[in-house]
Amino acid sequence: MESRQATPVIDIRGVTKRFGETVAVDDVSFQVHRGEVLGFLGPNAAGKTTTMRILTCYLAPDEGTAAVAGFDIFENPVEVRRRIGYLPESAPLYLDMGVLDHLRFVAEVRGISQNDIESRVDDMIDVCGLQAVLSKDVGELSKGFRQRVGLAITMIHDPDILILDEPTTGLDPSQIIEIRELIRTIGSEKTVILSTHILPEVEATSTRVLIINEGRLVASGTPGELASMAMGDDRVVVTLRGPAADLEAALLALPHATGVEVTGAEPDGFVRFGLLSDDATGLADAVFDLARDRGLRLRELRRETASLEDIFLKLTRMDDSDEVTE
Amino acid sequence: MSATASIFRKEFKSYFSSPSGFVFLTAFLVLSAWLFFRVFFLIGQASLRPFFSIMPWLYLFFVPAAAMRMWAEERKLGTDEMLLTLPVREAEAVAGKFLAALSFLALAIALTLPLPIAVSALGDPDPGPIVGGYVGLLLMGAAYLAIALFASSLTENQIVAFIVGITISFALFIIGEDIVLIAAPKWAAPVLRYLGLGQHFASIARGVIDSRDIVYYFSVIGFFLYLNVRVIESRKWR
Repeated sequence: MESRQATPVIDIRGVTKRFGETVAVDDVSFQVHRGEVLGFLGPNAAGKTTTMRILTCYLAPDEGTAAVAGFDIFENPVEVRRRIGYLPESAPLYLDMGVLDHLRFVAEVRGISQNDIESRVDDMIDVCGLQAVLSKDVGELSKGFRQRVGLAITMIHDPDILILDEPTTGLDPSQIIEIRELIRTIGSEKTVILSTHILPEVEATSTRVLIINEGRLVASGTPGELASMAMGDDRVVVTLRGPAADLEAALLALPHATGVEVTGAEPDGFVRFGLLSDDATGLADAVFDLARDRGLRLRELRRETASLEDIFLKLTRMDDSDEVTE
Repeated sequence: MSATASIFRKEFKSYFSSPSGFVFLTAFLVLSAWLFFRVFFLIGQASLRPFFSIMPWLYLFFVPAAAMRMWAEERKLGTDEMLLTLPVREAEAVAGKFLAALSFLALAIALTLPLPIAVSALGDPDPGPIVGGYVGLLLMGAAYLAIALFASSLTENQIVAFIVGITISFALFIIGEDIVLIAAPKWAAPVLRYLGLGQHFASIARGVIDSRDIVYYFSVIGFFLYLNVRVIESRKWR
């Protein structure tokens, strides 16, 4: 599915990480190419954070290895880190530092030259909207502002690779939109991996999605490709007036209908049906024709295409249904 | 190298970003001056010996207190994940923190300089032991600090770091003191005396700066800083 032939920016090969008895990441391999925004999706404790920590050389894998921009995580951890901007989950920061001091501190440790520090810090203040809190200590900030300071720190050296662990937690809806916008903009010329358990976030930002569950990759593809994996599961919901049994038979006889169930009844004689279909659009047209030809009253007719959410639930529930949490 | 310097500056500043640094300095000065003058007027000699002789004991509590925060808090707040995913070698981070704590301790020591000045005004002390004593204070302090910083890397709880720091330094201090040496077998006594944290300080504070004493302190510092680096590195493999 990749048309690009260039060497991948991130190349993970057979990485396994155990914590005692638990296998946090189990033989995971994938590649990320320049310009991709990779959405890393999975329920809590699926292994997203561990994978990111391995990529940033914070943890060492028990088996397998990874290369970032051509540098091996075992042989050249400092070079790997130099190229990555990493925002850990919930943006840990030094609470006793001023916002400005904190930005400068990271810029210095990053080895940005004294001449450039001020302009980089100013850029990040603009991009992340920090003007209002410059004189405060990080410890005084709200969760949302801490997250923004974290993002500013992550991007201060203009890295080629951004690794963001749940970047929008704690932000309010308008900030979330801003951050997603920012990620898309950055993603067009850089490489981004972001983890989340919020599905619309992936749909809104990512060019490719990896779904991970219990340490294993269970699916990979563009949001569209993943959605088409669930083809055949499309549904049409229709509410018609008439005797339920007759209508059920008539609906099942329609082209593209593969299953019918009564999902509800209304007091005034309308019955709601859920239809399974291999082609929701075709079936919806057929339902309309049926209602017109028979003179049936139609109150509701809509298609339900399988969303990323359905696929996610389907894939992550395969082994174990009670571990899935929002 | 610039990473070490930035971490050094950040850590040194953070002593003064809360009242804790000032409280530390005040308590250290009040206690050391009071313990000194209590004895000083009793023996009535223009000498700083009483001051230097209590310092290994004061260090036992003050130095772990000055270093306990350094790694334990990073781990508690999760900031080590930010710091150690910057392009920083573990050794650079350890060096930055150690030098910051050492500078803070050096400041505390420097603030006791009015004591020798006062003593010089009151009498005519021999300058050799005073200069030696201060050099020794710095060397011994650095050794205590390396131990305390190592203790801080073992836990995310500052109190535990404090107590482990006291315990290790006390053990290393007391094995060289007479109370242990009397009870020790004949063959072991010289070894223990050599290993004791306070013995080399005592000899430097006599005004004789011997290279063996300096080698000893640098070895202790190097050993515990090395362990510290290894502990930080080993977290990758937990």
